[in-house]
Parts: sequence; structure tokens; C-alpha cells
Amino acid sequence: MTDLDQFRRDTRAWLEANCPPEMRQPVRSEKDACWGGRNPDFQPGQKEWMDAMASRGWTVPDWPTEYGGGGLSPAETKILREEMAAIKARNPLNSFGISMLGPALLKYGTEEQKLEHLPKIARGEIRWCQGYSEPNAGSDLASLAASAEDAGDHYIVNGQKVWTSYADKADWIFCLVRTSKESKQGGISFVLFDMESPGVSTKPILLISGYSPFCETFMDNVKVPKANRVHDENKGWDVAKYLLGHEREMISGMGLGSSGGNPLIEGAIATIGLNDRGELADPLLRASLALFEVRSKAFTAMSERFIDELKAGQAHPAQPSMMKYYGTELNKARHELVMAAGGSDALEWDSERSSGGAKPRAWLRTKANSIEGGTSEVQLNIIAKRILELPGA
Amino acid sequence: MPLYLNDEQVMLRDTTKEFVAEHAPVSHLRGLRDANDATGFSRDLWKQFAEMGFTGILIGEDQGGLGLGHVEAGVVLEEIGRNLSPSPFLTTAVAAVEALKGTAHADRWFPGIVAGDTVAALAIDERAKHGDAIAMKAERSGNGFRLSGEKRFVTHGHVADLLIVAARTGGSDDEDAGVTLFAVPKDAPGLSHQAERLADSSLAARSKFEGVEVDADAVIGEIDNGRAVLNRVLAAGRTGAAAEMVGVGGGAMDMTVSYLKERKQFGTLIGSFQALQHRAAHLYSEMEVARAAVLKAQQLLDTDDARADEAVSVAKAMTGLATTLAVQEGIQMHGGIGMTDEYDIGFYMKRARVLAEMFGDSNYHADRLARAAGY
Repeated sequence: MTDLDQFRRDTRAWLEANCPPEMRQPVRSEKDACWGGRNPDFQPGQKEWMDAMASRGWTVPDWPTEYGGGGLSPAETKILREEMAAIKARNPLNSFGISMLGPALLKYGTEEQKLEHLPKIARGEIRWCQGYSEPNAGSDLASLAASAEDAGDHYIVNGQKVWTSYADKADWIFCLVRTSKESKQGGISFVLFDMESPGVSTKPILLISGYSPFCETFMDNVKVPKANRVHDENKGWDVAKYLLGHEREMISGMGLGSSGGNPLIEGAIATIGLNDRGELADPLLRASLALFEVRSKAFTAMSERFIDELKAGQAHPAQPSMMKYYGTELNKARHELVMAAGGSDALEWDSERSSGGAKPRAWLRTKANSIEGGTSEVQLNIIAKRILELPGA
Repeated sequence: MPLYLNDEQVMLRDTTKEFVAEHAPVSHLRGLRDANDATGFSRDLWKQFAEMGFTGILIGEDQGGLGLGHVEAGVVLEEIGRNLSPSPFLTTAVAAVEALKGTAHADRWFPGIVAGDTVAALAIDERAKHGDAIAMKAERSGNGFRLSGEKRFVTHGHVADLLIVAARTGGSDDEDAGVTLFAVPKDAPGLSHQAERLADSSLAARSKFEGVEVDADAVIGEIDNGRAVLNRVLAAGRTGAAAEMVGVGGGAMDMTVSYLKERKQFGTLIGSFQALQHRAAHLYSEMEVARAAVLKAQQLLDTDDARADEAVSVAKAMTGLATTLAVQEGIQMHGGIGMTDEYDIGFYMKRARVLAEMFGDSNYHADRLARAAGY
């Protein structure tokens, strides 16, 4: 038996013993996701599962152990994911700290910054949000204007961010600010600050889904120590781009659907039923579902390949754009089919039987997937220029 | 196992790429077509494939082969696809070898396959669309069987030394039980072929079996239980066809992207137009996803994984969708020149159509997946 076989056996046994039964149920709504933080809103089993995984560093299995990670090799990390999938274990901790800030700190942070922030991310103690977009800086992000004025050992930050995911629930923010007007991309710095700092306020934005996952974030003379700047002054764009790659990777994961069962197909069978040949009784919807499932399953293989290539340093640097584009478009298509399969049941917005309109709200939420983190059109531009090397317009 | 080629597979790919591009580029296909070649491929090239070891790629080293797997066979097929090289590689070195390996037939046929002397064909389809029903009769006769019926889309059938034939020894047309596989040599009395030129210039036979007598030892595997072997052969064939399609689609895409970088209109390169950039980038994404699906199926086949069956249908369906897009975008983005016989992109479209149909098209496999998932 190889070491990896042994690792798989040990991991399987440990997961079996430590993953609470509630955490093996499919994620049905946004509330089923565990985010941790200073003011957590735990459902039964969530804290136990998060803490158990964090105790082994397995909320961030491939981070170094000194920063709260599991120190696992790519092969071990893959085995852990496979074994979690085998028992349909939920993700123990959703976190922009894990998926976005962490990788950027590991690459660009000082040793002090890593030791200060990474272990708290790994343990789910601090919940992070991302201050990137502004009212006049969307797809053209580098035109951002929020200013950070040099005041000796600290900056004074003023301005407004928008589309800040969960800013009202987050403890800290990683934020792009303008430290120079001399250059567009070369005048941006990447800073971190506590959302409880004087002068920070947030206002939720009501979306078409009826939920407010995004906020406006206002900064009014916020004092940010220079020690909280990641990488050099005016070099924040490098950090921002690196982090965006990881954000796109995370968003592309939405194309994978849920870990337990296939709610799309199960929902269609429940609403429409099967004919005497065991086929979904609506033949055209069945055909649409079947062709969708081809792409969905192929994309699952693509995600596996992408992660494997990424870990081996073989992925094209712009490949996250392809993943983000494909994964989000696929997710939108999935939710269109969920709605078609649900018929009028899937239109109910408040009722208990619809779990408070979970389907229509989730469907509407997915429309942002191909906008946030860089629109589909921006991703296609990046693929065309950086991968296909097509000439500039 | 990581989902990318390992170092040895990358080396094989580099060698194969160079070899196929040198010995069987698209001009080779064009030459055969222009000469109205009646064989459908070059026997010299098949011999060269043997010298490279390709013909025995799936045959064990103890039987003179390379002892490699479906990932490696796929590496060769992708280059065959990229160069549109006419070759009996898929039917002989992949599908027929999969049918015969581990049986008594291997001793008789593998030496010829390894040497590049023997060509095999699959006689499975009976209707214009690939399906699961098998109607061809195989009745007991003396010490063996008597085969009667007609097979279609028998690629290389008219020149094959050996046919792998699916026939019915019991049960009704749609039943799994009662199917038996036979290894039928070309000189079996009562066997005749009508070779038809297809859209891609390849030749496929309509093969007639008029009371073809074969010995009992022509049976591959068990009598009435041939469906399991047939499924293995089809899985190998489908995965191989999918790998070849990744080559066809990838070749068409590369040719098209190159064209976007050299063709000027309105005083500028047409590749600078965002309308075309976005379409090219979308095509790239579809081809990447298809490539991943194919490698996944190959790896699962090579490790005898129970999930292989699903992965094979995903691979065949996805490459059908992606490659069909690649060749359509290819001609459209080439504009008028893409419609000319002189330019190669049209050959890609024709080959893609044939491969998309082979062993079940995207709809067939999507339906198969739906059935397996219970809807």
C-alpha cells in the first residue's frame, strides 16, 4: 500500500467520524453555507464541522501549516476533496479570505501580515469582504477613484465602493485605493482594514432576487495604518489581478452544481413525472436537460483538469478567465432549466413549501454570475488576447 | 491520477505530432482523394505506423505490442484527427484489439496487426442511425453458425482482413441477452461488400452476410453474452472517435485563429474585431472542456473504473458538440475561401460530420446518459 492509499484510508475514517450528519445534506439555500466570522449565524452542525476541519488545517488543506493550513500535497488535497465528495460533505467554511485574499497574502504579504491574518481565515474567525468596484469603475476597474492620502505612518481613505459582497456581515475588507493619480494602473494600492474602523459604513443593495448580498461601502476619513498595505505602494494592481484570477476560479466552481445528488433532475422528475418507458414525460425538456448534463459533466472534468494543471504550474495564466466564463454561463443555463422544470411551483416567492422562493431567488441571483468578477465579455476579451493572441482592436 | 498527460505521454505526443504531420498531413488525404484511391488509406503509412509501434499500442508487450492504454491511443488519434490522416488505426488497433484481447483470437490476429499487415473493421450498425438494436441472425449450423443480414457504415470493411460482427443468437432485436460477437475472416463465403465513398472521402461498406458459415471458434467471448464485450468495444471506439474529434476540432480552430491573424479587411486584421474575438474565445472554451472530458474517459477506461461508462458518453457527446461548432465557425470565419475545395478547412467539416455520427451522435449519448440517470 502506498502512502497515498494510507492517507486515503485515514482520511475516509476521520471524515466518517467527524462530519456531522447535517453537514452531509445537500445545500438547499444560501443559509446552508457556513461563513464563520465575529458574528456567526451557525445552523446545527456547522460550527462543529468547521472547527473539526480547522483543527487539522483542512479548511485550507494546501496552505502551509504555520499559517493554519493542512500542509497537504496536491495529490493529498485531491484525495481529501474526493473523499469529502464521496460522503457528500458540505464545504466546512465559505470564505473570501480562503478563496481570494489568502492566495494573494501568501504571494505578496509580509511575514507579519501572513501570521496575523491567515490563521484567523483558516479558523473562520474573521470574515472578509472585497472592496474593488466603484460606481464609475466596473469593467474598467483600474479607473477607480477611492483615495488614500499619505499621512505619515497611515493613510486617510475616502471614497465609495459598490457591489461589496456581504460588507454588512464582514469583519475586515481588502480594498483597492488610489495612492497616485500619475498613472491609472500604477497608482493603485492594496490595503486591509477593520470594518469597525471609524468612518466605515455600509448600505445593502436590494437585488432583483429580493435579497441583499451586496452593499455599498462608504469610507469617510478612515485611518488605515501603512503596515496594512499589501505589496508596494502603487503596486496594488498586481495584487488585484492575481486575486481576480482566484476569484474567477471560485466563481467558476458554481458551474459544478451541488455536491449531493442532482436537484435539477430530481426536481424535474418530481414536477413532471416519468412515462411508462421511464423517461421524463416532457420530451423536449428532457432533451434540453440531457444536453445540458453533457456540458455540465464535461465541465466537471474540466474543473478537475484545471485544478490539477494549476497545482502543477501547467495552467495558462489566463485559463481562469475561461473557467469563469464557462462556469457562470453554465450555472445560468442550469437555473433556467430549474425554473422550466419547476413550472408554476417555481414561481412562488414567499411560501413555506417553496422555502421562501428559493428557486426563483436563486435563479435571479445567478444572473450576476456572468457580471461579477469581470463580465463574460471581459473574460472573452482576455481569452482572445492572452490565450489566442489575437491582435488588439 | 492528475488529469493531464504525464511525462511519458507528453513525449509520445511530441513524437507522434511530428511523425503524423510529416507523413500524413492533410495533403496526403487530398492526394488519395484526387487519385480516387479505392483502398481508403495508404498501406505504406499503415506499415510505418507499425514501425512506430502504434498498431500494437494496446497490445501487451508479451504479444509484441507496446502495452499502453487508451490515453496513449488517444494521443495518436488526436494527431490523426488534426491531420485528417486516413487510417484504419481506430477500427483495428483500438476497437478490434479491445474485442480480441485476452481471447484465443489474439494469437491469430495480433501478429498481423502489430506488423501493420492486418486491417480490421467493425460490423455493428444496421440502420442509418447508430442504435442498440441488433437484428442480424446467427443460427446454429453444424459445428458453427450461419450469419445472415446486412451491416452498414463498416469503415474499411471492403479491405478488412477481419470483421468484428455483432449478431443475434437469441432473443428479440432490442434485448441485451442473445447478442454474440464473431470474428469473421474476409474470405468467408457469402460475405460481400459494397464500398461507398462518404462525404469525407473515406470508404465505408454496406456488408452483406448471405448465409456466411463460421466455425464455433469464431465466437468472441460467450454465446448470447456478447453484449458485455460489445460494450467494451464500443467504449473503446467511442473514446477513440472522441479523441480523434478533439484533433479535428483543434486543428480547425488553430487554422481559423491563424487566419484571423493574417486576413485583412477594412485595412486591419479581422482578428482585431471583437465580434470574431468573442466567437473564437467561446470556441476555445468549448474545445478545452471537450478535451478534458475525453482525457477523463480515457483515464477511467485505463483504470477499469465503474464510472468509465458515463464518462465515455459525456466525451463522445461533448466532442460532437464542440467539434461541430469548431468546423462551422471555421468555415464562417474563413469567409468565401472557406467554401473552396482548394482550401483545407472544408475537409475538417466533412471529417467532423463522419466522426460525430460514428458509434452514436451527441443526441444518442445525451439520451443514453439520461436513461442511466433515471429520466
